[in-house]
Amino acid sequence: MNSIIALNTIRFIILLLVQVLVLNHINFLGYINPYVYLLFILLFPIINNRMLFLFLSFLLGFFVDIFSDTGGIHAAASVTIAFLRPAALKFSFGAAYEHQSVKFNAIDAGQRLTYMTILITIHHLILFLLEIFNLSKVILILKNTLFSCIFTLLLCVLVTILFGRTSK
Amino acid sequence: MQQIVNFILRNKTFLLFFFLFSIALSFTIQSHSYHKSKFINSANFLSGGLYSTSNSISDYFNLKQKNSILHEENKQLRDLLYGKDTIVNQSYIDSTTYGINYKITAARVLKNSYALTNNIITLNKGTRDSIKQDMGVITPKGILGIIDNTSSKYATVISILNTTTSISAQLKKTNHFGSLNWDAISPEYIQLTDIPKIAPVKKGDTIITSGRSFIFPKGVPIGAIESFHLDNAENYYEIKVKLFNDMTSIEHVYILENQDRKTIHLIQSPNNE
Repeated sequence: MNSIIALNTIRFIILLLVQVLVLNHINFLGYINPYVYLLFILLFPIINNRMLFLFLSFLLGFFVDIFSDTGGIHAAASVTIAFLRPAALKFSFGAAYEHQSVKFNAIDAGQRLTYMTILITIHHLILFLLEIFNLSKVILILKNTLFSCIFTLLLCVLVTILFGRTSK
Repeated sequence: MQQIVNFILRNKTFLLFFFLFSIALSFTIQSHSYHKSKFINSANFLSGGLYSTSNSISDYFNLKQKNSILHEENKQLRDLLYGKDTIVNQSYIDSTTYGINYKITAARVLKNSYALTNNIITLNKGTRDSIKQDMGVITPKGILGIIDNTSSKYATVISILNTTTSISAQLKKTNHFGSLNWDAISPEYIQLTDIPKIAPVKKGDTIITSGRSFIFPKGVPIGAIESFHLDNAENYYEIKVKLFNDMTSIEHVYILENQDRKTIHLIQSPNNE
């Protein structure tokens, strides 16, 4: 149990630092940034204490917001996907989730991809909706969502493959 | 009472989610209104300190380029010293350039941002260097933005690449003025609206600040006209301006303090005796 807490604390800090110091400044093609800090929320161990999980997700989003001067958009988007995660888990893993036996390293790639895609899409949609805050620019919102989603998903899959063995 | 407690216990996850989401939403709304984002900004000691550490490391990567810019600026100052005419490219800032009322402080950019719709830049000077809200920030090539929040060591700047900014600007040739806005599409271009139809607008004309807001002095260069068309009511021009500044690469900036600002405000306030 202690190793899980330590692992997640380290993951929290490293993902936050990588996000604000490196990934927020990529600006691929001028505006596309990946938001890989989501991995913390995606890979958080499935435990019954959902209050703690919601709170930690909020805190992570909040820190990213402080560093990027964006008000509360990352906090809002993170806390939403933290709230919706059980539904996404149920949808992508079906019975395995019901029996509390999902291990993120053991499940097959297709299911994991579905799970990540659902949550990343919801997160980015809320993020850009709040950032642009103007429904008349709906095309810009959808465009940003689509491209950032692809970028984030790609990096998340790469990171899970690269570090998958060590993070049990 | 029992039922209320039961209800809260049953829905505690949803209630917590709702509570946290509302907090985040209120921060977001605050950040969209000018001068309200007191709480969440990168001028605090935690993020400001981290950015200044990371900046002191990454500084070494483009020393060569910065050197050549400084070299260029030095050359211009030297030309000025020996009485040569330097109208060709006014890429130097000096306290006599814009009249004697402006005090200039040099600062460095710790965090630049240009890909969002509301971009905020962090600088390494704060209240300790007597930087206050509503001071103008310029680079050797043009304007950058307006100081928003300050802490003791750091300050945030509302960039001109921010959909909430509106800066008064005019044509260099004539005195027709309008306001600068950004449509969040490209960091190279900015929109100038409310220039009357009668103004002689031509492609390539220079746009400068008008000095009407007393934040920027008159005559700070902004950009050149890229294209223009009349708005829907056909009374005003909507002009697309290409910025002189490369907003994606900014390092050394100058903060301008109008020393007559207090007096001007006193005169302009409606309830003064």
